[in-house]
Amino acid sequence: MGRYVARRLLQMIPVFFGATMLIFLMVNVMGDPIAGLCGERACDTATAAQLKREFGLDKPLWQQYATYMGNVFTGDFGTAFNGQPVTELMSTAFPVTIRLTIVAIVFELVIGIVLGVVTGLRRGRPVDTTVLLGTLVVISVPTFVTGLLLQLLLGVKWAWIRPSVPPEASFDELVVPGLVLASVSLAYVTRLTRTSIAENRRADYVRTAIAKGLPRRRVVVRHLLRNSLIPVVTFIGTDIGALMGGAIVTERIFNIHGVGYQLYQGILRQNTQTVVGFVTVLVLVFLVANLLVDLLYAVLDPRIRYA
Amino acid sequence: MRGGTRVTWALGVVAAVLPLAACGSGTGAAGGSVLSSSWGDPQNPLEPANTNEVQGGKVLDMVFRGLKRYDPRTGKAENMLAERIDSPDSQNYTITVKNGWKFSNGEPVTAKSFVDAWNYGASLKNNQKNAYFFGYIEGYDKVHPESGRQTADTLSGLRVTGPRTFTVRLNQKFSSFPDTLGYAAFAPLPRAFFTHHAAWLDKPVGNGPYTIESYTKGAQMYLKKWDGYPGPDKARNDGVTLMVYTDNNTAYTDVLAGNLDLVDDIPASQLKNVKSDLNGRYINTPAGIIQTIAFPYYDKAWDTDGARKVRTGLSMAINRAQITKTLFRGTRTPATDWTSPVLGTDGGFKAGLCGRACEYHPAEARKLVQEGGGLPGGQVRITYNADMGSHKEWVDAVCNSINNALGNDRACVGNPVGTFADFRNQISQHKMTGPFRAGWQMDYPLIQNFLQPLYYTNASSNDGKWSDKRFDGLVDRANAETDKARAIGLFQEAEGVVRDNMAAIPLWYQNGSAGYTDRLHDVALNPFSVPVYDEIKVG
Repeated sequence: MGRYVARRLLQMIPVFFGATMLIFLMVNVMGDPIAGLCGERACDTATAAQLKREFGLDKPLWQQYATYMGNVFTGDFGTAFNGQPVTELMSTAFPVTIRLTIVAIVFELVIGIVLGVVTGLRRGRPVDTTVLLGTLVVISVPTFVTGLLLQLLLGVKWAWIRPSVPPEASFDELVVPGLVLASVSLAYVTRLTRTSIAENRRADYVRTAIAKGLPRRRVVVRHLLRNSLIPVVTFIGTDIGALMGGAIVTERIFNIHGVGYQLYQGILRQNTQTVVGFVTVLVLVFLVANLLVDLLYAVLDPRIRYA
Repeated sequence: MRGGTRVTWALGVVAAVLPLAACGSGTGAAGGSVLSSSWGDPQNPLEPANTNEVQGGKVLDMVFRGLKRYDPRTGKAENMLAERIDSPDSQNYTITVKNGWKFSNGEPVTAKSFVDAWNYGASLKNNQKNAYFFGYIEGYDKVHPESGRQTADTLSGLRVTGPRTFTVRLNQKFSSFPDTLGYAAFAPLPRAFFTHHAAWLDKPVGNGPYTIESYTKGAQMYLKKWDGYPGPDKARNDGVTLMVYTDNNTAYTDVLAGNLDLVDDIPASQLKNVKSDLNGRYINTPAGIIQTIAFPYYDKAWDTDGARKVRTGLSMAINRAQITKTLFRGTRTPATDWTSPVLGTDGGFKAGLCGRACEYHPAEARKLVQEGGGLPGGQVRITYNADMGSHKEWVDAVCNSINNALGNDRACVGNPVGTFADFRNQISQHKMTGPFRAGWQMDYPLIQNFLQPLYYTNASSNDGKWSDKRFDGLVDRANAETDKARAIGLFQEAEGVVRDNMAAIPLWYQNGSAGYTDRLHDVALNPFSVPVYDEIKVG
């Protein structure tokens, strides 16, 4: 187990460098970021040259990357063009997005798995068909439609919620955005669980458990569900990274100042430091989440062992 | 049956949690007579000489008062902190600051407050993006050389001559110089700006009708009415909360729901229903912004006598009236000169100066393009940035209009560039091969500001590198002219040169727009399309 984790951690190193270098290159391909700083006019040459020098943009690209990486390992993610250190932006943006992701994951887990179990156990019944149809609708409707619709209905028409989330963005204010963010994944979780449950229901060990005379609840939760969760856990694990980075649409609709907002603004203003910094952290989140998922397999299925 | 009960349980959770969300704290519409207003995250640190966009400008307009202030309605420059600005020759100015003005931290505003601030703004080492505003002051080339190190830290043309007087010597005659002093870059700065710079940036201190009570970068700013404000334009409300929105649509929705009091810049998609949505609480007034199509004169194909006819032909092929009506729903007005109606006819705006060349005459357009030797390269590609505004929509509409007029489906296509930064980048590197989008938002309401920066040889925003000796000569003469009416006449004559060459195709004048809740009264936008916050009454 320990060796397995060590190997996985070592594998992360090339992935980490590769991913950050790609992002660095991509942001730089877009051209000189200083040009966008002076509005509809050219920055005067002297100021532009000095800004480039201060942000290290006059150096060759490989050197910029090396300096940047060196700084990252000392915890310095650079400075955004508005003078704020990127770490400061992160310290305000990540807590918000993490809260949003937690809300979304809770929705996925609770609603997704419950609906999956119910439909898996009752295949072909009206409940199953209704939920399946429902998931189909949710999957096929883009997030921004769901988001804007809920915002308009709950926020303006019925006035149940504030249409936008205030800057503090506490958990209760993130319920609706979290639901919107989770909606598509939630439908997938339902379908995955359903298929998995339906398959395993006919497995020998389930029949044995029933034959032993175990109560139905115990059969479903301890035996059936635990073994059926492996694909679901994989999905949710990778979804954590996707939700954190992919919240741009939801965050824009509900005016949440999280990671998506900072990334969007960073890309618009071509702010290399912000974009690379945030993406670097997201890459790390993705890698760690994947590792955790793999480790969870062993917990869920004792037959899987890591050496 | 078990499964069934669990479904209802899950739905129960959702139903129980949803109303909870409604109990969120109401920071948006704060109590008392404080109003909340939409805002965007300022792109640069909030220093007066470093703020060149509207969002940062909004704050500076509330926190600072300069020597002059532009009347929110007429745009006329009027004395604010200036008691007198005298000049015998339009080149040497003596400025007297009014007595009794203070910064909100108690420090008196003196001549030194101005001179120090201007020296800071001009100095190359401070990276101030508006530094070129000080370019008329003598010694600018020493503190801000084109290349190499600066050889002086202060402008030799500025001298403090008394506690409330200072002199300014310009490097050329510039009669409308006093009228430029209302621009934010010329604001006075307190000592704390220089001594505790980082702390000042976290919470700027100025001399305007509001003080910054709290500022959470990237999220919101609360500006409180300053009771000790000595000026005539005291705030008529208790304060303003500026809330950062990433998307104007959300801000608009918040106004509909009553969570936000004021949204400026109504999103284009809402224009068709804004009047009924807000029950008439919608304003749409001219702003000092003109949109044009510029040409790359560094490209030989566009710098010929024939190309002049082609440009005029293209201008006549654009159905401005139809586009402004159907696409912009009246938030733009077809342009008939190269300035803006906010200048007023006294200020140099002259409707119809462009004449027939800015009207829609498809047959004549086709003839002119043919006479001029056809479109260079057989096709025009209008370059624009696709990341903001509704540039794609109007470029497509303009191209459509040109194609129809010229009877050629492929005469004009749009050429989108991903981001504004990249767009500016390509322009500054002279990579444009055809016409490109150009917008101009005035810095101060003077006809000079609509002509010189854009069309004077090698001027800061002359992106197409257009150059004409006659135009330059007229602008020089106008700047030297002490009589205002005669100066404006000369500027208009210079504008005539722009017209005769069709240096850039004027498209439309842009309006500012805003919507507000029924809590607010006396809401107006100034010529810079910024709400006049101090005049708004709440309740």
